[in-house]
Amino acid sequence: MLSPGTKAPDFTLYSTPDQQVSLSEFKGKRVILAFYPADWSPVCGDQMALYNETLRFFHKSNAEVIGISVDGKWCHLAFSKDRNLHFPLLADFEPKGAVASLYGVFDEKLGECKRALFVLDEEGIIRWSYLSPVGVNPGADGILDALEEMDSTVQK
Amino acid sequence: MSLKPPVSAQDHIQGNPGATIELVEYGDYQCPHCGHAYPIIKQAQDALGDKLKFVFRNFPLSEIHPEARLAAVAAEAAAKQDKYWEMHDIIFENQQHLKKANLLEYARRLDLDISRFQQDLDSPDLMDIVEEDFESGVRSGVNGTPTFFVNGRKYGGSWEPEDFIRYLGSRIEEQ
Repeated sequence: MLSPGTKAPDFTLYSTPDQQVSLSEFKGKRVILAFYPADWSPVCGDQMALYNETLRFFHKSNAEVIGISVDGKWCHLAFSKDRNLHFPLLADFEPKGAVASLYGVFDEKLGECKRALFVLDEEGIIRWSYLSPVGVNPGADGILDALEEMDSTVQK
Repeated sequence: MSLKPPVSAQDHIQGNPGATIELVEYGDYQCPHCGHAYPIIKQAQDALGDKLKFVFRNFPLSEIHPEARLAAVAAEAAAKQDKYWEMHDIIFENQQHLKKANLLEYARRLDLDISRFQQDLDSPDLMDIVEEDFESGVRSGVNGTPTFFVNGRKYGGSWEPEDFIRYLGSRIEEQ
């Protein structure tokens, strides 16, 4: 798993059936990369639904969130519509898990992304990362603490 | 994971405020799991009596439960007329019917001053209270609903009645 201080590798993945998103498009913004195992977890308030609600707190810190799993773009589209998500879900689908592997968070055995969080600064440097047990929704408190920590260390 | 901020006079507290066991729920009025938890809390309150105080904080997941936030505001509006828990109960007992017209009907049933209640439903101050609850939940590590805190610590165990009441009861001996 890539550690803080590392430059986050760029990537381009599908976010919808006809649109691609590159990490480099977010330069000048902070980015939260949320790798997760699969769409359609069976609980209210799964991790992506939670981040959908905490977007307003992320935005206050100039941060955007991106969800990444190995689900295909059509699956993401349906999931995103169902949960009314307001941030992109990217399909790390072909070759499967390539981006997750680049970040060291692909579970070869399950063929899914691990549940991992990265917070990148405006220059695309990883400033905080966290690997959660796969069955545990890590919530948003760690991300918010990391963003606040970054706010407090910004040198003017 | 600990509760931030701790329970204070700002909270709605049911039961003995000096009780040794403090149970806080972060809940969403439109969440079916919270609806499932509702009678279990009542059972725990019956079983533990004045040993238990119960606090409810709002954690509406508005994007998947579009009526949850207004329902939360309705409970806060009822609180301004000293009927918070009465409204809380009616809402959980009628989770399928949380449109504005339904909420007004519940307010009538509770004999609230309707014009005042209606004004309060639109009050930015009450929305802020709901939002503050939500933010405190996020800060405390709430990741879905319901999430419980027992004596300030996040509770990760089962909340089916038998397990939950046994666990809560065991907190008395700990003190």
